[in-house]
Amino acid sequence: MGVELTSTRIADAAAWAKHVREKQNIVDGATNWGRKFSLFTYPFVTACCGMEFMSVAAPKYDLARFGAEFPRFSPRQSDLLMIVGTITEKQGPALRRVWEQMAEPKWVIAFGVCASTGGFYQNYSAMPGADQVIPVDVYIPGCPPRPEQVLDALLLLQDRIQQGTGHSQLRLAREKALADAALTGHE
Amino acid sequence: MAKKVLDALVAKHGAAIVKTEQIHGDEVAWVKREALVAVATWLRDDAAMAFDYPVFVTAIDRLDWKPLNRPPSEAWTEGQPRFEVCVQLRSSKHKHRIRLKVALAENDAKLPSLTPLWAGFNWQERETFDMYGIKFEGHPDLRRIYMYEEFVGHPLRKDYPKDKRQPLVRRPDLA
Ligand code: SF4
Repeated sequence: MGVELTSTRIADAAAWAKHVREKQNIVDGATNWGRKFSLFTYPFVTACCGMEFMSVAAPKYDLARFGAEFPRFSPRQSDLLMIVGTITEKQGPALRRVWEQMAEPKWVIAFGVCASTGGFYQNYSAMPGADQVIPVDVYIPGCPPRPEQVLDALLLLQDRIQQGTGHSQLRLAREKALADAALTGHE
Repeated sequence: MAKKVLDALVAKHGAAIVKTEQIHGDEVAWVKREALVAVATWLRDDAAMAFDYPVFVTAIDRLDWKPLNRPPSEAWTEGQPRFEVCVQLRSSKHKHRIRLKVALAENDAKLPSLTPLWAGFNWQERETFDMYGIKFEGHPDLRRIYMYEEFVGHPLRKDYPKDKRQPLVRRPDLA
């Protein structure tokens, strides 16, 4: 329990995703439909990618068309963490804390190569990808990514939310299944 | 620029100066460590010098240094001082500049702090300490400034492995 599904356990994650998809009933589907069109973004902006985030959020590309309307500057009020820019090792605890403070279910997008892999900052101070400290649902390549890529990532994430296969959704489903099994007394 | 400042410095503190040079128009004086504070105090207080602006402090690690397009005899060898500390000063009154350099041995990387003379050097000396591990004696608060306290070593030293990571947190499930 409490185990996070990660890309390093792809087989595990795929099995759970299948389980969740098959178990999904009409209420879950409706809930997820609502969730995917009302994402509240927490922009964790640390570096130059922030300029591109602004352009995605501004009227020309307009993230709000997809329901990700308001950037929220409190993790308590948001369910989509956008990691925009380079993450240093020193920032790791802060990033993890912000993520822990967000309400479940929550999703994470790594915006740009720095947030995804560290990019070209392969040195003593930069973290080689934000997924070293928290699970990431969608990675956006590019330095910085074009706004179209960001919108594409958002659509990918919406698909994932609808299917109930975001990291936190899978974890919640797994914890619920384990709790149910403990309640009824068999696996 | 004429060598006005260097000439005055050598005339006044000749015994404290190892050598002088001009690099791309900048005047550089190599100063003996013991005399650094005396020289700096004079540069700050003398009316004709009046260096009131502390531009930067930094260091150079010469470990395994091989200069491009220069004879191999100029390369760094064991036994030569490993670190150079550079202090750049400027006078806003006379509009002149000078760079002081101090050579430091690997196992004796310390020199007197100039923060008591120019408060602006406070954080820069902390940075140099953080990145190169050079101790500024008499500094009021010589702590790391960029890296976290748990960090071990000094990352801009040439012998710090370039792919070494010192993570503060990692996901428990990725171990
Ligand atoms: S991916 Fe490129 S644009 Fe984005 S934060 Fe890193 S260096 Fe800056």
